[in-house]
Amino acid sequence: MYSNAYIFKYASIMVILVAAILSAAALLLQPAQERNVKIEKIQDILRSAHIPSTTANAEELYKEHIIREVVINEQGEELSVYSNGSFEKGDIRAFDVDVKAQLKVKKEYLAGKSDVKPVYPLFVCQKGSDTLYIIPLYGTGLWGPIWGNIALKDDLNTVEGATYGHKGETPGLGAEISTKEFEDQFIDKTIFNNNGEFVSIAVVKGGVDGSNVELTHGVDAISGGTITSNGVSDMIENSIGNYVEYFKKIKAI
Amino acid sequence: MSTAKAEREPFFSAKTKKLLLGPLNKENPITVQILGICSALAITVKLEPAVVMSISVIAVTAMSNLIISLLRNTIPQRIRIIVQLVVIAALVILVDQILKAYMYDVSKQLSVFVGLIITNCIIMGRLEAFAMANKPVDSFIDGIGNGLGYGLILIIVAFFRELFGSGTLYGYQVIPQSFYDFGYVDNGLMILPPAALIVVGIIIWVQRAKNPDLQEDN
Repeated sequence: MYSNAYIFKYASIMVILVAAILSAAALLLQPAQERNVKIEKIQDILRSAHIPSTTANAEELYKEHIIREVVINEQGEELSVYSNGSFEKGDIRAFDVDVKAQLKVKKEYLAGKSDVKPVYPLFVCQKGSDTLYIIPLYGTGLWGPIWGNIALKDDLNTVEGATYGHKGETPGLGAEISTKEFEDQFIDKTIFNNNGEFVSIAVVKGGVDGSNVELTHGVDAISGGTITSNGVSDMIENSIGNYVEYFKKIKAI
Repeated sequence: MSTAKAEREPFFSAKTKKLLLGPLNKENPITVQILGICSALAITVKLEPAVVMSISVIAVTAMSNLIISLLRNTIPQRIRIIVQLVVIAALVILVDQILKAYMYDVSKQLSVFVGLIITNCIIMGRLEAFAMANKPVDSFIDGIGNGLGYGLILIIVAFFRELFGSGTLYGYQVIPQSFYDFGYVDNGLMILPPAALIVVGIIIWVQRAKNPDLQEDN
């Protein structure tokens, strides 16, 4: 039998050793892991503009197509513009803005708990002769966060493409939001009505046909995935809503 | 004893042969010992994650067996399970971090199941049953053998599920487009977990039919 002192020493040395090994591994592998996350984000942005990319060429395509990164505030003013590898204005890159964190800032600001004002990222994409405006989205589904990107044509109204991702929605039900069939429904839908009022795009339970939502402002929800579908609906409205002032401003020019 | 496969590696002694190849057939962790079923159901929809999972499990079983066997004379009996768990958990975290850094897409598909290798009964079972009482080299080979036995079943199951569920193998289309044009449809059941249970069941059936000594007496 071993003494208690031996057991304590054994356990302590083992734990410290293992902790050191794991910390070293985490530090060494961190750059590669962060790069993967960054490339995934780039690929998501490009996918919403229907630009196919691979992990190898994503960064290159991003530089080629995303000509401007704009950060705006609640009033629709440009705080920061990043283009061709340098800042034209301000010092925040839209790519580095965490949409999740900003939506939280917005909530606290509106509740009067904090004075920090939220900012929102926008990506301007040049695809052939078209200019597309890509808005990152973030919201909640049934089991966890959902996110996405929506690309608008240069009328700042018609959807060019949309992509969605989720952390852990139910496979076969809510998880269907990240399938091509669901995403492609958004193409050519519009976010403003004929009077120029913001109406967003709703995900309609039971189908847009025969509902009170206009055909151009709604898509069909997923059967059995109602809460996730509603989450997508809210996410689009909450996220795009922040850009309405800005869009009105640049349309006026 | 079946020696058909073992003959190809004459440089192994009979004992190491048994350690390495036993788990592939008569001592298979999944089909005979019925361990590690949970992950076998979850990640066998496609071949690629199944292969990566198999390699990860082989690495973890072999390395944890080796480390525990090296330490076996110093480990206090009263905390041996804790020591084993710490070693397994550390190795699994390493595997998970490496996958996240170098095989990000596969790592996303495997998601929590890499982390859950920690709770895979095969590994703990081998440490308790073998590594605590045997020399490092034998333990290492035993670990590889059991990892291979697990991986073999995973890959067989994934092969059938991907072939009939998606019409592809390792991501490449194998069922020609002309079949689909004639009205062939991928079997949707194959991509759901119950299909893995059915395939594992069939493998167990075939194996026991061929090896009468595995059949239980009623």
